[in-house]
Amino acid sequence: MNLTVVLAINSVTLGGLLFLLSAGFSLIFGLMRIPNLTHGSLFMLGAYLGATFVIWFKLDFWLAATLSALLVALFGGIVERFLLRQLAGQQQAQVLVTLGIAFMIADVCLMVWTGDPIAVETPQWLVGTTNLLGVVFPVYRLAVILIAVAIAVVLWLLLERTRLGAMIRAGVDDPEMARVVGIRVSRLFTVVFCLGAALAGFAGVIGAPILSVYPGLDFDMLPLALVIVILGGTGSLLGSFLGSFIVGFIYNFGQALLPELAYFVLFLPMLLMLLLRPQGLFGRHVP
Amino acid sequence: MSALVSRGLEKSFDALRVTRDVNLDVEPGERRLIIGPNGAGKTTLFNLICGEIRPDRGSVTLFDRELTRVPSRRRAHLGLSRTYQIITLFPRDTLLRNVMLSLLGLDRLRWSPFVSLGAQRHLAESARRALDRVGLLHLADRPMAHTSYGERRRVEIAMALAQNPKLLLLDEPFAGLSIDERGDVQKLLNAIPRDVTIVMIEHNMDVALEFAERISVMHFGEVVVEGTRAEVVANPRTKEIYLGE
Amino acid sequence: MTGRWLGLVLALVALAALPAWMPGTYYVNVSSQILIYAVFALGINVLAGYGGLVSLGHAGLFGIACYAVAVSLAAGAGHLAAILVGLAVTLLGTAVFAALSLRTTGIGFLMITLALGQILWGLAYRWIGVTNGDNGLTVASRPAPFGFSLETATAFYYATLLTFLLGVLAMAVFANSPFGASLAGTRDQPRRMTALGYNVWMIRFYACMFSGLLSGIAGILFVYYNQFISPQSLSLTASAEVVLMVIAGGTGTLMGPIVGAALVVVMKNVASAYIERWNFLLGAIFVAIVIFMPEGLVPGTVRLLRWAMRSLAGKAVPAGGDGGR
Repeated sequence: MNLTVVLAINSVTLGGLLFLLSAGFSLIFGLMRIPNLTHGSLFMLGAYLGATFVIWFKLDFWLAATLSALLVALFGGIVERFLLRQLAGQQQAQVLVTLGIAFMIADVCLMVWTGDPIAVETPQWLVGTTNLLGVVFPVYRLAVILIAVAIAVVLWLLLERTRLGAMIRAGVDDPEMARVVGIRVSRLFTVVFCLGAALAGFAGVIGAPILSVYPGLDFDMLPLALVIVILGGTGSLLGSFLGSFIVGFIYNFGQALLPELAYFVLFLPMLLMLLLRPQGLFGRHVP
Repeated sequence: MSALVSRGLEKSFDALRVTRDVNLDVEPGERRLIIGPNGAGKTTLFNLICGEIRPDRGSVTLFDRELTRVPSRRRAHLGLSRTYQIITLFPRDTLLRNVMLSLLGLDRLRWSPFVSLGAQRHLAESARRALDRVGLLHLADRPMAHTSYGERRRVEIAMALAQNPKLLLLDEPFAGLSIDERGDVQKLLNAIPRDVTIVMIEHNMDVALEFAERISVMHFGEVVVEGTRAEVVANPRTKEIYLGE
Repeated sequence: MTGRWLGLVLALVALAALPAWMPGTYYVNVSSQILIYAVFALGINVLAGYGGLVSLGHAGLFGIACYAVAVSLAAGAGHLAAILVGLAVTLLGTAVFAALSLRTTGIGFLMITLALGQILWGLAYRWIGVTNGDNGLTVASRPAPFGFSLETATAFYYATLLTFLLGVLAMAVFANSPFGASLAGTRDQPRRMTALGYNVWMIRFYACMFSGLLSGIAGILFVYYNQFISPQSLSLTASAEVVLMVIAGGTGTLMGPIVGAALVVVMKNVASAYIERWNFLLGAIFVAIVIFMPEGLVPGTVRLLRWAMRSLAGKAVPAGGDGGR
């Protein structure tokens, strides 16, 4: 198969995974005004939990993914309620706390799951390839892309069509104003934090057959989320959607074409964006 | 030559036009009062004059020097100082250090990382003189956190005066003061020599009217009435939008 | 005041005589590590403490200095040339770093410095042709300034101590200078500072450069101390460790970062020797200090001591502002 086609397929798949990761990151950032530095760790935690359920408990892959997402959401809720809440209004302190928790998660995962990478097998019925518009497409990757798009649509509907979504949008636009009109911003924080954590945890599990699970996955993913949000603008769903695919493509093509400078190339659009349009493509505020 | 000229100053935030076509001519040495209801665009006008926000259209001229493209920080060096409606002092520092920071802003010394600020006697002396002018010399070494609201208002003025401005913008200097404190600030403003031109925003009409020579009344971002104290007070439009409320 | 001078003299004597009273080479080496990290922490504190700008990418600047020295030496340069190249490249890198990250302040600054730090880490890790990737680069020998070889632990300790003292002196002068006051002003009231005639951006830029210089000096000491550099030293963990030193000790104080460096380096050495859970401990301390002692250990202790003295003396001690400066 043509290398470019393979790279393109991988890029779109990674873009889908990154969207699941960055959508929550972006919403949390938009609402709470902090980059949640545990986000990569939540992704990794989800992946490890999912791998455990699938490999040791022999659970169905999708059940494992859902269960992991719920557990990670619970964990996220605890972090938000009992730690970040203590520091309401002190964003710098909150960011440092999320960083501290990220280190703790990394070490606990290392302790529990050791340093060896864990390979998670693709669910049986999604093994193999299918022919799509004349392109040979691995079924599992297609499934990941479809799931990401479906979740994007659901999130969009949630934000645009529901009361909760309207409150979140109001909070992202102007937290002070949201508080003035009687929205309980603190409860929103918890809801959005849990939602973001669940998406990250879920992405970790469905990404596992592609990326595998290994120590360091957390800090491999976190910068990607960061780049996406700087590109797309904080609190913007559309921004993180587009940003995710841009980063997906740059990551894969960069790896293949300029392996030594891949990491640098990955950050290049972010740097350009900072210089030309610091609020990001669709952002309202400069972070 | 006018001290301050603005021509056609316009500023919108999204759909909201905060100032529209503001034209001011303030003569050197003049005491100008700007009044108007809340949201009339008075503070925005100040922010436009000192460059904290950029106008969409229009120009600002300070003693024949076109300022529109001059960055905010340079305007201080050209003789423009201001106070703030919401107090923005340096809360961890003493009164003396607050005023010294103000002096340092116009001094090349501010870039020096090699000398001791404490050893700069001339700065400390000037700062003490400025504090003396507002009657706060005895509190020079007190931390800002341990001062009263009225004292802070006066430190604001001391900081602006310390820079020896040619044009002084006062944003509600009487706001929140007791009657006694108002009297003090009034005396203090009256003692400012005529080589300083003053433009003041104020809500408190008792003290402000007495101080002003010419008055501009703003309403919905526009200057709707302008003239001497007597003219403005007599104008029915003024009564309608401001005095009568 | 005399008490303070006495303390300073005692501390200097103790530091100068340290190799004599430390039980072994290992401890002298740990002391060198502490001093190296203290210089680095002083650099972070310029921004975090006086400028109110927390950087999570400074390990990248530190790393630039390390790699510049190691690569120069590998290319056949002498020690002096390598050190000069190291400083020059670090300052150049810092200028770019500052120009990009000072597009924002606060959280934005933190985030962009994190990303920039990751870029530098990624370069160290991936640009194998120059950096030898994960395997790192070794430095064959230490310099011998004025014929005084630094190969032994004690000799290197003294070189580090001298650099450290110069760093502390520079920091003390800086903190009390008009520029230091200007920087602190931009931390507290940036808008006001602009209206007073200060160029806030430029002040922050120079502060970044000073901070980068101290980080670079620490990096050069580090690469000669370890005689090895790998991408590990540029990781986010490395940046976070130094930020932890500063906030643990107390931001915006002269002694805070030094105490913090001592604390973190000692804990790291103990932790890696006995419990192997350094990252967990680092994270836990981070969380605990941010939540329970945000002012840091040094100002916290100063406050407690003042309070104790006041209670003992039974009279008011003049409330000076020096504890928080």
